[in-house]
Amino acid sequence: MAKTAIALTVNGEAVEALVEPRTLLVHFLREQLNLTGTHIGCDTTHCGACTVDFDGRSVKSCTLFAVQAEGAEIRTIEGMAGADGTLHPLQEGFREMHGLQCGFCTPGMIMRAYRLLQENPRPTEDEIRTGMAGNLCRCTGYQNIVRAIQFAAAKIAGDSLQEAAE
Amino acid sequence: MNEISETREAREARLQGLGCKRKRVEDIRFTQGKGSYVDDLKLPGMLFGDFHRSPYGHARVKSIDTSKAKAVPGVLAVLTAADLKPLKLDWMPTLAGDVQAVLAGDKVLFQGQEIAFVVATDRYIAADAADLIEVEYEELPALVDPFKAMAEGAPILREDIKDKTEGAHGKRKHPNHIFTWEIGDHETTDLAFRDAEVTIKELISYQRVHPCPLETCQSVASFDKIKGELTVWGTFQAPHVVRTVAAILSGIPEHKIHVIAPDIGGGFGNKVGVYPGYVCAIVASIVTGRPVKWVEDRIENLSATAFARDYHMTTEIAATKAGKVTGLRVHVLADHGAFDACADPSKWPAGFFNIVTGSYDFPTAHVTVDGVYTNKAPGGVAYRCSFRVTEAAYCIERAMDILAQKLGLDPAELRMRNFIRREQFPYHSALGWEYDSGDYHTAMQKALDTVGYQALRAEQRAKQEAFRRGETREVMGIGVSFFTEIVGAGPSKNCDILGIAMFDSAEIRIHPTGAVIARMGTKSQGQSHETTYAQIIASEIGIPADDVMVEEGNTDTAPYGLGTYGSRSTPTAAAATAMACRKIKAKAQMIAAHLLEVHHDDVEFDIDRFRVKGMPERFKTMKDIAWTAYNAPPPGLEPGLEAVSYYDPPNMTYPFGAYICVMDIDLDTGVAKVRRFYALDDCGTRINPMIIEGQVHGGLTEAFAIAMGQEIAYDEIGNVKGASFMDFFLPTAVETPKWETDFTVTPSPHHPIGAKGVGESPNVGGVPAFSNAVNDALAFLGATHIQMPHDAWRIWKAAEALGAQG
Repeated sequence: MAKTAIALTVNGEAVEALVEPRTLLVHFLREQLNLTGTHIGCDTTHCGACTVDFDGRSVKSCTLFAVQAEGAEIRTIEGMAGADGTLHPLQEGFREMHGLQCGFCTPGMIMRAYRLLQENPRPTEDEIRTGMAGNLCRCTGYQNIVRAIQFAAAKIAGDSLQEAAE
Repeated sequence: MNEISETREAREARLQGLGCKRKRVEDIRFTQGKGSYVDDLKLPGMLFGDFHRSPYGHARVKSIDTSKAKAVPGVLAVLTAADLKPLKLDWMPTLAGDVQAVLAGDKVLFQGQEIAFVVATDRYIAADAADLIEVEYEELPALVDPFKAMAEGAPILREDIKDKTEGAHGKRKHPNHIFTWEIGDHETTDLAFRDAEVTIKELISYQRVHPCPLETCQSVASFDKIKGELTVWGTFQAPHVVRTVAAILSGIPEHKIHVIAPDIGGGFGNKVGVYPGYVCAIVASIVTGRPVKWVEDRIENLSATAFARDYHMTTEIAATKAGKVTGLRVHVLADHGAFDACADPSKWPAGFFNIVTGSYDFPTAHVTVDGVYTNKAPGGVAYRCSFRVTEAAYCIERAMDILAQKLGLDPAELRMRNFIRREQFPYHSALGWEYDSGDYHTAMQKALDTVGYQALRAEQRAKQEAFRRGETREVMGIGVSFFTEIVGAGPSKNCDILGIAMFDSAEIRIHPTGAVIARMGTKSQGQSHETTYAQIIASEIGIPADDVMVEEGNTDTAPYGLGTYGSRSTPTAAAATAMACRKIKAKAQMIAAHLLEVHHDDVEFDIDRFRVKGMPERFKTMKDIAWTAYNAPPPGLEPGLEAVSYYDPPNMTYPFGAYICVMDIDLDTGVAKVRRFYALDDCGTRINPMIIEGQVHGGLTEAFAIAMGQEIAYDEIGNVKGASFMDFFLPTAVETPKWETDFTVTPSPHHPIGAKGVGESPNVGGVPAFSNAVNDALAFLGATHIQMPHDAWRIWKAAEALGAQG
């Protein structure tokens, strides 16, 4: 099948690639860019395991074609930790609050939570639950995911770690 | 740090051993997207396989035309049953002693059944080509209702075995019959019912659901023709069993098969069995000489790989008027789908369903189970469950509520009157188990006190009166559930899979610097083994958990084991871990005594060191000992410091718990809201309380999904109604209730560290708690038993049937 050239930014780096028009963004990220942290859990855009940050919005990358990412700025889970390896407060929060078990939904959860906290830096529990409703988890029962996001929100806001843990 | 002046507490804390809320080791990679799941694997020249599947529930296959598919550029091979037949791989054995078609030959028996496997250079081409396969069918009447399976004139499904009157588990009484399993005392149970003052009888059904891990089933097979070696990476909860079965089936020697289970994105029982996709990927790799990846999509996962439950339990209890149970009788009709692919230990065709007497002192009981074939996907796996224990717990916990209602007794009070008492343990149940330990009254009382049970009942009565006066349309339900689990298969004397005995193992090696590698025969799919096994080692031999690396899933390096399911890792491999540590400790003691120049009886273990008895300042740490073990062992002692243990448990363990669910239901909409859910678990010794709580949260959420909305339903011609996330209910953070956890600790007397296992308890105990809450809410309107799932529409319909909809 004829390929189309695309140029975009992924995790701060310029990327140029040739893709088939029907290639899904998630397959492009995983298979062409080897960014396998973004996962696939369903075929119907329900589970959110493939969530990435796309031009300042949360996007399920199984629902977009790679060609639609022309010119886009994308951030994936691989782009969350600092260059020096410092974990993002969300990554820290998920570990501190036991917000993951099998880890399969985690990258999508963190990427969605990242955008949620941009939109609403101090969400209430209900706002977190509603804001995360597009991401399914089969292991944790969400309670600790909520706490993980609260931890990150508090840490980003500069609260003491004591408060963050509460 | 100063090893002498450090306090005992500080030394203990540094170990992060048993009881510590240690943060998970696994999270470092998972939170950074650096897990390695099967689909992340990329090998040079790797091909992709995809299935063409049956659109029919039951049909004869007249012809299969693969020519158009083969003509697609990029397609290297298309496999059908005709290609597998010469290799004797068109059928494969199931774990339950049946056979299953790898690719359908003459007939398809369920919608979604595998017919052809296309191998292509990328997954898009494979999918395109799979669509181009043309199959000519003759549609046959489908059998979807298990109650009609053995009726006269029922369509015969399994023509391959229609003349076999003897199955893997005894006599078959109909071509669609798989087995009858009977246990207990028929006569004394009949007498108990004959003499009973009160009896109840109810058909309690547990609908077909699916474990549905977020990662689907997948594998990569790579056959090296030169070396004659096969490597398979896959979503395997039991990698060693997969290797042994692969060796037996393929004829490739076991040492030339390398089975590797990398990180697994949840299993819940879905990833125990062997699926046609795994077999086809292996054959395709042999045929093409290139690695072949197979990844099922979600619809394939929900409609073709192992389902769970589908148990229809006609349940009777005999009791006195004073509320003492005197007998239990259950007949189960078990819908196994088109092939008997249950993942039970081989001698147990209905798993451990005979735990159905639950937490109660039944003097006698009798159980029969009939398994039947239907035109549905095969399975019947232990979904977050130890082999039909969830079904049994639901059965008895629902039935106890029905009995309480009939007796006019409070359901908690009825349970209290019938619990096995603390002094009765070890307790021999009427259906043959020996419960290891328990303290049910204490646990139940703690639960009742914590939730303020009596006040809740008073509130419920007030609401019912207000409802009757027409002041509210909201009713309140209080669901009580008290479950006893049976987990940890072996012992090998009564548990095996296809003759492979069910023990488990640990191999622990202390390196010269005191760093540790530990390998087990189990395989985590999210259960945090890398974190918790290290804690056991830390407490047992005094090396910090952070210095222990735990590795599982590679059959070349890990000792042989039966894998992770049925909450068996803690009862078996964790026990093996403790036992291997104790072997190491015995040698370490000899080395310490040598270094301290005293007799080995004169040294004692203390947290992280051996010290001279009565002289705490004279000691050698485990690090000192490890170095000496390699570089200057005492005369007569071999160098090195390592041990392996294969642990065959003397008994299973019996975790238990008391769950209470408080629910408000709006009868105008049928919407049920969980106001409060309290879960008290007793899993014996608690290895990591943070992880236990996480397991409980997750299991309760799965239980909530099952009770309140999940179902894999079929229409009358065998179409799966809803095998995607459009229809199959997975609760989001919005619907999921908040969980309150609590515990008591009753150690297992036979487990080396007293632990019992917890992963499945919340699913086992949770489902009846939700269902009892719904039934309890509608009981005052006359409801006795409302079948699951309790989604809003069904609750509304139930209320309507009770005349409560105006």
